Amino acid sequence: MSIPGSFYLTLSVVLFSIGAIGLLVRRNVLVMFMCVELMLNAANLAFVTFARELNDIGGQVVVFFVLVVAAAEVVVGLGIIVAIFRRRVGATADDIHVLKG
Amino acid sequence: MLHPIVASATIPDALTFAIAAVISVIGALGVVLSRNPVHSALMLIMTLFGVAVLFVEEDAQFLAAVQVIVYAGAIVVLFLFVIMLLGVDREESLKAEPLPAQRYLAPLLGILALVEVVLLARGRWPTGAHSVAGRAEGTGHTNIYLLGRSLFTTYLLPFEITSALLVIAVIGAVLLARRPRREATVQDEEAATELEGADR
Repeated sequence: MSIPGSFYLTLSVVLFSIGAIGLLVRRNVLVMFMCVELMLNAANLAFVTFARELNDIGGQVVVFFVLVVAAAEVVVGLGIIVAIFRRRVGATADDIHVLKG
Repeated sequence: MLHPIVASATIPDALTFAIAAVISVIGALGVVLSRNPVHSALMLIMTLFGVAVLFVEEDAQFLAAVQVIVYAGAIVVLFLFVIMLLGVDREESLKAEPLPAQRYLAPLLGILALVEVVLLARGRWPTGAHSVAGRAEGTGHTNIYLLGRSLFTTYLLPFEITSALLVIAVIGAVLLARRPRREATVQDEEAATELEGADR
């Protein structure tokens, strides 16, 4: 008998909350991006846990797709960050208020 | 004394889970609390490694390997590359905050969400729905075999779409990161006129 799934889910929720709090609190764009990765990972952990609990390989397939989407997201996001930094020196999200209505 | 649910697990399983969980949480806290972005990235690797260990513990060996290779090997290295390229690896002050209320509101809301999900998770979450993609255990096949078969039969169309997504991402990244040529020539001309002005 292995560890019950609720333990994994609780850990996943804790990791997700830390990532969400970090996304709200930090102002460095790169660190905010890392917090998004943290939240994606917490969701992955929940998916794998449900795949085991419900004995369904589909959960692991979803994690595979999340990995692909995360890779694409990081590539585009870092491209945007590089493009922004080329125009202005500011490193924080508050400096990028050009899109503000 | 141990909780009865934990006591039902074997000692190595419980130890592996506990150590990996502590490693992931410390890493996650490190990502948020580090003042230096480089330290944040290294702490992120720590969390990803802890989660990979948990994947192995949950019989998802392929995903554990992919987690280390893709996330720690490619994504975090990309992060570090951009940090070094842009030279933003200086430490930032965590004290400066233009929205003072946000500092207290954000952890409050985060903890509220945590409590809410934990309370929800205490209910009966398995729906009893039948498996769509095939069983994960008890078939006599390895994890990679089951995952691959499911990916290339049931989930073939999504798999094909991800390839299109990756191509689009690559093109987008190239377009975003490329320096516009016309603007560059204008800047060069401006620099040239400035130089001429300096000569006079």
